[in-house]
Amino acid sequence: MDVLVNPTESSLLRFTTAGSVDDGKSTLIGRLLYDSKSIFEDQLLAVEESSKRRGDAHVNLALLTDGLRAEREQGITIDVAYRYFATPKRKFIIADTPGHIQYTRNMVTGASTADLAIILIDARLGVIEQTMRHTYLASLLRIGHVVLAVNKMDLVNFDQAVYDRIVSEYMAFTAGLEYVPQIRPIPISALNGDNVVDHSTQTPWYEGPSLLEYLETVQVKPESVTGAARFPVQWVIRPISDQTDAKLGNLHDYRGFAGRVAGGTFRPGDEVVVHPSAMKSRIVGIHTFSGEEKEAISQLSYSMTLADEIDTSRGGMIVKAEEPIQSAHEFDAMICWFADKKTLKPRGKFHLRHTTNDVRAVVTEVLYKVNISTLEKSQDVLEFGLNDIGCIRIRTSAPIFFDAYSENRITGSFVLVDEQTNNTVAAGMILKPIADAFEEDAEVSI
Amino acid sequence: MSAMTHLQFLESEAIYILRETAAQFQKPALLFSGGKDSIVMAWLARKAFYPSKLPFPLLHVDTGHNFPEAMTYRDWFVNEIGAKLTVGSVQKSIDDGKVQEEKGHNASRNKLQTVTLLDTIEENQYDACLGGGRRDEEKARAKERFFSHRDEFGQWDPKNQRPELWNIFNGRKHFGEHFRVFPLSNWTEMDIWQYIRQENIPLPSLYFSHQRKIIERHGQLLDASTGIIPLLDEEIPKVKEMTIRFRTVGDATCTGAVESTASTIDDIVAEVAAARQTERGTRADDKRSETAMEDRKKEGYF
Ligand SMILES: Nc1nc2c(ncn2[C@@H]2O[C@H](COP(=O)(O)OP(=O)(O)OP(=O)(O)O)[C@@H](O)[C@H]2O)c(=O)[nH]1
Ligand SMILES: [Mg+2]
Repeated sequence: MDVLVNPTESSLLRFTTAGSVDDGKSTLIGRLLYDSKSIFEDQLLAVEESSKRRGDAHVNLALLTDGLRAEREQGITIDVAYRYFATPKRKFIIADTPGHIQYTRNMVTGASTADLAIILIDARLGVIEQTMRHTYLASLLRIGHVVLAVNKMDLVNFDQAVYDRIVSEYMAFTAGLEYVPQIRPIPISALNGDNVVDHSTQTPWYEGPSLLEYLETVQVKPESVTGAARFPVQWVIRPISDQTDAKLGNLHDYRGFAGRVAGGTFRPGDEVVVHPSAMKSRIVGIHTFSGEEKEAISQLSYSMTLADEIDTSRGGMIVKAEEPIQSAHEFDAMICWFADKKTLKPRGKFHLRHTTNDVRAVVTEVLYKVNISTLEKSQDVLEFGLNDIGCIRIRTSAPIFFDAYSENRITGSFVLVDEQTNNTVAAGMILKPIADAFEEDAEVSI
Repeated sequence: MSAMTHLQFLESEAIYILRETAAQFQKPALLFSGGKDSIVMAWLARKAFYPSKLPFPLLHVDTGHNFPEAMTYRDWFVNEIGAKLTVGSVQKSIDDGKVQEEKGHNASRNKLQTVTLLDTIEENQYDACLGGGRRDEEKARAKERFFSHRDEFGQWDPKNQRPELWNIFNGRKHFGEHFRVFPLSNWTEMDIWQYIRQENIPLPSLYFSHQRKIIERHGQLLDASTGIIPLLDEEIPKVKEMTIRFRTVGDATCTGAVESTASTIDDIVAEVAAARQTERGTRADDKRSETAMEDRKKEGYF
């Protein structure tokens, strides 16, 4: 049972939950799905039966997303669960993430593709360190919209004073962030459904929208749509055939650069610069299986042909000539460290994955670590342990083609991969190439 | 500026994943069951590499318990998109003594498929298998990454998955390990049907309403016309002619039918929109225990 949205008009909102362990994230998602009638009978029956078997006092809606055996046994979320639902107004992709600090990497996984984060707070506990950590991460990841869901209002008698105090405390914390998202506070009870889908009679003092109303109407604009035109080359299509294609003609000389637009718009005739050679050329054709396209827009996949025989392949980058991209092999980046058995130190070597590129990288310097509660930058310990966040300088074996993460989430992000285990051990957000990184250095208080 | 629809977004994301798979692995294969999800996935693969042919074969893990319509369709489709087909046979795994056929009248070869799948992967040295699994299908699937790592025994470790950030996919692995890749992770059943309608993709006739001899067993409507499912003596008089269709098409022994008069894609879209049961509600294999899917996936199931 999926709402029949018009496939040619519906917009998509991707959001994530965040907040400390047991703040009610999974319960809230369960409640949202339940009250918006997005749960199937057999799913509900299964959850009712498990709740009964476990001796829960009420139907445990968190079991709708906590699907792994270990999660159900412990009553916590360990890894992200993705859920889907639609209302007549919008389609939603939800990432329900774990609150436990040990699983921060899974929270970041869910948050990295979200347009909006619902940050939950247990009204009895107020703003705690994990609230700050997740808020900081959401801001670092440049999630533009935050719903501050003050949850478990039923346990504080729906007291407006408690709510107001938490909201102002939260606002005071976020004011210190480098990037402050748009914040919408809502008092809720995920357990009972107050202000989740319907307005609650328990909070006459709250005049804003219910959570669902807000999610249905909030305007999010992916910044990459309006930004500079970027096309990372993913794969080169060479049919090696003398056949004639109905749409493309003889295929003998066809050489299409396949990829997904990572920002802006391209049109046939556009002057482009093609990396790594930085040679100029012109777009001849933009193709999909349906035929020739008039433009290539952000987030969609195409294959492009160029006017000149230019040497580029996977890892290359096509940009508009009037919108140049940074090309450098040394840069500063914020990183979030995910490995529990290893630390990150100067001289550490990794595989670095950036767009479709894969290069070797060495950490030349650890510039600072961030104290999550105070937002202070510290240089006391220049080593990153599990879940540490901070700034490092990296040199790569070959130049990469990037924008600052604040300009473009796709061309500004990378991951570090451990050379022994092949695990993804860090998420990185590029600040700037090394040439002007020294200024930033000077600002750091030691 | 043109706006993007959610189907365009999903299509583009899937094409991106398919191209990543071709680029990051030496020898991928696309798991093709003849069901609607694998049909959509193969359709997208054709788009992703057009005007080239698919840079990987389709792999059918054949339980030997197929609806004849599904086999006819498979051969037609493979030819239509110009792909190569590899078949891994569960019957052969049984004949070679690698697996034991389940006993009793509820016996299913669904679980045995895992062994055949892992053997076929090893024999052909496939290092990535593209699967049509969707996260909305089942609660364990809802937890899976696009690029899902498998150790050298083919096992999934759900408590220890690699972080997967933005649209950067890490397919690095040690020798002997492989990946399962799920390009349709973010699609819902409704998205699949709306896409099939938009693209006019032909489907096996099993998906549309038809008359069939059916036996009802444990609340499930099972096929009684092909003889694939052995009937108990007392069941024989209970076989009924019914108007049904299948919501999923897999191994015939565990695929339940639903009563339906939906004979066109439009009818099906309307029916899916009104359905009160998940599509896997008709699958016997998921009903064996609360974490049946997770348990099977840990062992290397699709
Ligand atoms: N009284 C009350 N209890 C709630 C509310 N929301 C959640 N709970 C309870 O709080 C407990 C934790 O809820 P979960 O939804 O599992 O919390 P979570 O934030 O998903 O936890 P993790 O995913 O492990 O970080 C459960 O026992 C819920 O029933 C609420 O609004 N009121
Ligand atoms: Mg949870």
